Formats: sequence, C-alpha cells, structure tokens
Amino acid sequence: MSDVIERYRDPCLFESLVRRIGRHSPRRPLTLMHVCGTHENAVARFGIRNLLPDWLRIIAGPGCPVCVCPPADINAAVQLALDHDAVIATFGDMVNVPADDVSLADARADGGDVRVVYSAADAVTIARKEKDRQVVFFAVGFETTACTSAAVALAQPPENLSMLVSHRLIPPALDALERIDGLCIDGFLLPGHVLAVTGTGSYVEFCKANSTAAVVAGFEAVDIMLGVGSLVDMIIRGESDVQNAYPRAVRSDGNRRALQAVNQAFDTVDSAWRGLGVIPASGLALQKDLSHMDASGRFDIRTDKVIADDPPGCECSSVMTGLKEPESCALFGTACRPDSPKGPCMVSSEGTCRNRYFFERA
Amino acid sequence: MRNKEKETILLGHGSGGRLTHELIRDVFLEKLANPVLGFLGDSGILPETEGRIAITTDSFVVSPLFFAGGDIGTLAVNGTVNDLAVSGAIPKYLSLGAIIEEGFPVADLKRIVSSIARSAEESGVIVVAGDTKVVERGKGDGLFLSMSGTGIMRNGYPPQRPPGPGDSVIVSGPVGDHGAVILASRAHLETADSFGSDCAAVTSLVQALFDEGIVPRFMRDPTRGGLAGVLCDLAQDTSAGVEVMEQHVPVKPEVETICNITGVDPLYLACEGRVVAVVDSSQSDRAVDVWKRSGAGDGAACIGKLTDNERGRVIIRTRYGGARHLMRLTSEILPRIC
Amino acid sequence: MCFAVPLRLLEVDGSAGVCMMSGIRIEVRLDLLEDARPGDYVLVHAGFAIQLLDEDEAEDTISMISEMLEKSERESSSQ
Repeated sequence: MSDVIERYRDPCLFESLVRRIGRHSPRRPLTLMHVCGTHENAVARFGIRNLLPDWLRIIAGPGCPVCVCPPADINAAVQLALDHDAVIATFGDMVNVPADDVSLADARADGGDVRVVYSAADAVTIARKEKDRQVVFFAVGFETTACTSAAVALAQPPENLSMLVSHRLIPPALDALERIDGLCIDGFLLPGHVLAVTGTGSYVEFCKANSTAAVVAGFEAVDIMLGVGSLVDMIIRGESDVQNAYPRAVRSDGNRRALQAVNQAFDTVDSAWRGLGVIPASGLALQKDLSHMDASGRFDIRTDKVIADDPPGCECSSVMTGLKEPESCALFGTACRPDSPKGPCMVSSEGTCRNRYFFERA
Repeated sequence: MRNKEKETILLGHGSGGRLTHELIRDVFLEKLANPVLGFLGDSGILPETEGRIAITTDSFVVSPLFFAGGDIGTLAVNGTVNDLAVSGAIPKYLSLGAIIEEGFPVADLKRIVSSIARSAEESGVIVVAGDTKVVERGKGDGLFLSMSGTGIMRNGYPPQRPPGPGDSVIVSGPVGDHGAVILASRAHLETADSFGSDCAAVTSLVQALFDEGIVPRFMRDPTRGGLAGVLCDLAQDTSAGVEVMEQHVPVKPEVETICNITGVDPLYLACEGRVVAVVDSSQSDRAVDVWKRSGAGDGAACIGKLTDNERGRVIIRTRYGGARHLMRLTSEILPRIC
Repeated sequence: MCFAVPLRLLEVDGSAGVCMMSGIRIEVRLDLLEDARPGDYVLVHAGFAIQLLDEDEAEDTISMISEMLEKSERESSSQ
C-alpha cells in the first residue's frame, strides 16, 4: 500500500494531469473554490496556481477552522486560562491566533496554563493525571475533528475535564456562500477528510439544489490535480453532482460509527463564523446529557465584550469568503506578515494569506 | 553525608558551605578534573596562547533532559564546541554553569556530568571553570546548563572572499534529527532504538575540509531554527539569493514520519551535529565526498546555490515545479491538526 | 482541518491501536473504526483513526488516471 500511496506523490503523473487540464478551451474563465485549509496549504505549497491555465482560478473559501473561529471563542479560552486557573488543552493551531490582540500564547506568558495537545485524548490524560485541576479542552475543527471530540465525550472522561466546543459544519457554510452577492463559483473542490467521515450525501443535495459541480479530492499533489481536472471536466459537461476522486478514503456513507458518535454527543446549533456571521445549524454543542462537560456552563465566562471580527484594515472576512484575494488587502505583506500577523488568515498554517505569503511570492 | 544529601540536591548544596564543596568534589571534579579546574580558584588561569581567540556562549534548557542519542550534557559540550568549530576556531576550553532545581536526583546529575566529561574528551577540550547554583523546587525545570567556550582561530579563516552568487550550499547529513527526537517525545511517539539525536561534535567534519585544502566561505551548525534559520541567515548576510532543491535536502524517513504526523516542517527542526557550508561550486562535489569519507558525513549532499535573483531571500524549488519562499520560524514549533 | 496521515496498523487492543511507520510506534485511538485489523492502513487525524483506507481503490484510481492520461495524449496528438 505504501508503494501505491507514493504514486500519488509522483511529479510525472502530476505534470501530465496539469497538461491534460491545459488542453481544455472553455468558452469563459472558470473559478473553482475549495473549502479546506489543508487544501489551501497544499495548493500553495505545490505551487499549483502558477501552473494552471489563464482561464482557471482556484480560490480559497472558509475552510480553515482556525480562521473562522470567532474571537469570542478564543477570548473565552483566554479567560478560562487567566481568570479561572484552568488548564487549557489546545491544538497547536490555535495558540497564536489573536482575539482583540490577545492570543492563548499571550495568556500563557501572563501565567495562564496553556498546553498544546495532539489529540482530544491527550486532554483526558492530563485530567486524569492532575485530578485537582480543572482541564478544558478547546474543541476546534470541522467534522473531521468533531468526531474525535465526540469519542472522548462519550467515553466517560474524568469529571475535571470539560470542553469549550467550537466545532463547525461545512455544508451550511456552502449554503451561506451561495447567498453571497458577487461570488461566482463554477464548482467546489470538497475536503476529502471531512467527507471520509461524513460521506457524500449532504453534498449531493447541495449540488443539485444549486446546479453546481463538486469533486471530493484528497491531499497529495496527484489527488489535487485529479480533483481539479475532474471538476473542470464536469463543469464543461454541465453536470451538477458530486464526483468522488478520493475513493480510497471516502465512501458515500462515510464512517457510520464516527457519525453516530457525533450525533450522540452533540446537537446542531446556530453558530457564529468569523467573516460569515451567524449561520443556522452550522455548529455543534454538547447534548443535554453531556452538558455537565460544557465549559461555557461550568464556568462563568464573560460574554459582554464585543470583539470585532477583523482588526482595522484587516480583510480576513473577505479573503476567507473568497470575495478578495490576499493581495488586495492593503495590510498584506506590509503591516500584516507571518511574523506580525493582524488576522487569523496570516496566523493559521492553513490561512489563505499565510500560504499566499510563503508559497506564492516565490 | 546523610542519605538525603547523597541522593537529592538540596538548597544547602547551593549555599557555598560544606554541601557545595562536597558537590563540586564528588560530582563535578570526580569526572572533570584537570590541573586548571582542580586549582578551584575564582578563575581558571590558562597557559599563554598564540593566535586570535574566538569565544562563544550558550545556554541549555532542553526538555526532556535525557533523550534518544544524548542528554543535556552532550548537548552542552557539542553545542559549544560546534559553534567554535563552524566559526573556524579550534576549540580548547569550556566553562560550565549549572543551575540545579532543589530535589534533582544526584544520580541524574552524575550521569549528565559523565556525559560532559566524555564529550569533552572526544573533542579534545577541557572544562576550566565552573559554577553551580541551586534554585527552589518549582523554579528550575530540573537542570539548566550554561556553557562558554574558547578556541583559537585557524589561519586564513574567514577567507577574504565572502560567499556570493554561483557558490554551492552543502550540508553534512540529514537534517532535523535532534528536533524530531524532542518533538517525538512531546507527541508520545516511540522511536526505534536505531534512531536518535544527531548530537555530536562537528570538529572532524570541519577538519576534513581544511585537510583537503577546501576553505569554506561560510559555515554554520543548524541548531535552533533548523536548516531554514541558517539559510535565512546566509541570504541576509550575503544579500544574495539562496536557492535550494527540496529533493536534495537529506531527511531521514523517521524524521519525515514524525513531521508528517505532527505537521511540522523538517527544515525548522534543530540539528546538533551537522554543518551547513558554502563552498566554491568547483569544490562542491569534492567537499561532499570528503565529508562522506570522514565517517561523520553519511548522507552529505549539495542542496543548492547562491544566486543573483531574489536577493536576500531563500527560495525552495519543489519537486512539482513550484517554488516557495522560506522564512524563519515566526513562533515556537507547534504541531497542527489543520 | 483535514490534516491526516495514512498509517499502517500494527496492533489492535480494543479501542487502542498502535501504528507503525519508519520504525516509529504511534498510539492511535480506534473508537471510531469498527473493523480495523492489524495490517490495515488507516487514516489518522488528531490521534484517532477516522477511516480505513482501501488499497484496491487506491490502485484502481491510479490505473484510471493512467488510462485517462493516455486517452488525452492520444486525442491531443491526433489533432
């Protein structure tokens, strides 16, 4: 199997797929959108945009859970660290994201006990070891990660563990994008690992309802080029459906057990997205039976402070909805750089601006 | 001595009294004795030396203290010796400062001092001055070491002609081993016994080049900040462009795997026993060959060159025909799930 | 948010698994996979195996790509 996985990294296959796309001559320019930060990281890292024909554009949608996590959620985590002496167990991705100019890294420098974990299971380990401390797991991510939080929540974790839940769902975000004025997307590249969990069902409905094409793509270079090429084929043929270009990981019904866990542990709720506002039924909250594990209920977290999504001049909201390219933000590359980020798109390893800065300025 | 004093470091060991004296005698001098240190004066008095003196200082706060392939002691000696070696100096003398946390096991301290002694002997250097302090429990993370080193500059180094466009960039072996070992321990990944930190003195690698008549135009050891940090230094210091072929950068499969799991780029992971050098392009193949034959340069490779384009920047050419701009690390190394 | 890596499962003990790659032992939670067996390739995200990888599908896709590319090259050279 490892040999065949290597084939998906083959530069010759990759180049041939690029050439094949170049042989099309559609009547008008096409715009494809992906909704996955890991896709943006890969597209930028492999330099794919520079290799595409002039008539083809790939833009990044709101697929970076770090970027769409509202400042209020980050602020809640900071409060828990500084005002409630809780251990905040967080994925590395969230550590440097500023909310009102204060990040979890800043909270740690001010004495907050912020610890990087590699898995929700690590938060359980910490809680078991440090029985006299309250441990809060900052549960960020889309469906791919939500099922892992669910597994932990359902496995009777220790009482001193709670979760600050900030999980969001992709399909409602796609619906929200379709309603944005001025956004013209010809087709969607769908995040292979989200669909490995959820299956393709809700995306088929979306495509039919919006007469749009979508292809599920993996993350190796050949996977992405195969996905892009297949999507172009579908658009030219006028198809509105979902094609699975990542069948080694994605089945139409997804991972039944993972979906069961999510349904058992969480309710779907309306949720605020940085840059998109409140999207109905787009987030997750712990079910009533597990509400004792909800950190927002266990602790008195102040929510009176209104924190703007974007600091002055920052265009992350427009960038992450595909309305603007990073280069059209006045702060990009000047006041806002990876070593001095203003907004989440520059901090997150999956942020559109960060990837554009590193990978496509070369 | 009471048992407690023999087994555990107490605040009294830092007081300057009997316990301090016994600590120095039984733990440090036991392993590190030499005529200069043994004098136990307030300073180490060195013999007269000819030549230009190089001096370096470093602090060591690695956690865990003991890791696959070494410990904080080996790291301290090799790190200091290597800074001198890549500066073009022959390392001679070290000074050692130890800040020990109350409660630290004496057995662990002895193990670390043995490592210091062994590494020093392997590099032909001696510890000529030292200091110990003890801090209250909770204020020290076990042990911090501070080491300074001096050496005598080689004649003709640094060379008159600095690095410039057309020169080759070479590396003495696979990158990121040490950083990957530390990352693996934090991510609870169990590595095979055959994989460990590359922590080692690079003196033989530097000597091998000079013995062959190759005078590098630039040398660094890619420690904190990794290969990326050194390449960025090079671009900045020379105002040339640095172009690296991603596929030519040697990385061990274990390091690739650890990086694939944690989402960290191996170019940012520290090495503790490698040299990055810039040599005239006509000498590049010979230099790599010399390293490979030296016994310390398995996997040595030419990874790129200095150019006239993209001055001041580092460009990595990827295997897919793309290019990316390599910047220094902007924060601590963090794993990712996104 | 999709950062996941394909790894070979070495050991299974209920919902605890160990994967192996390049001599590295990686502990993986198997709570979300019902039928994982030693020797299987799994997709691991945030310490959990989230899906079984299908080797046949992996090979079929590569074959399909090769055929598609051959067809495209043929059509292009006959124009």
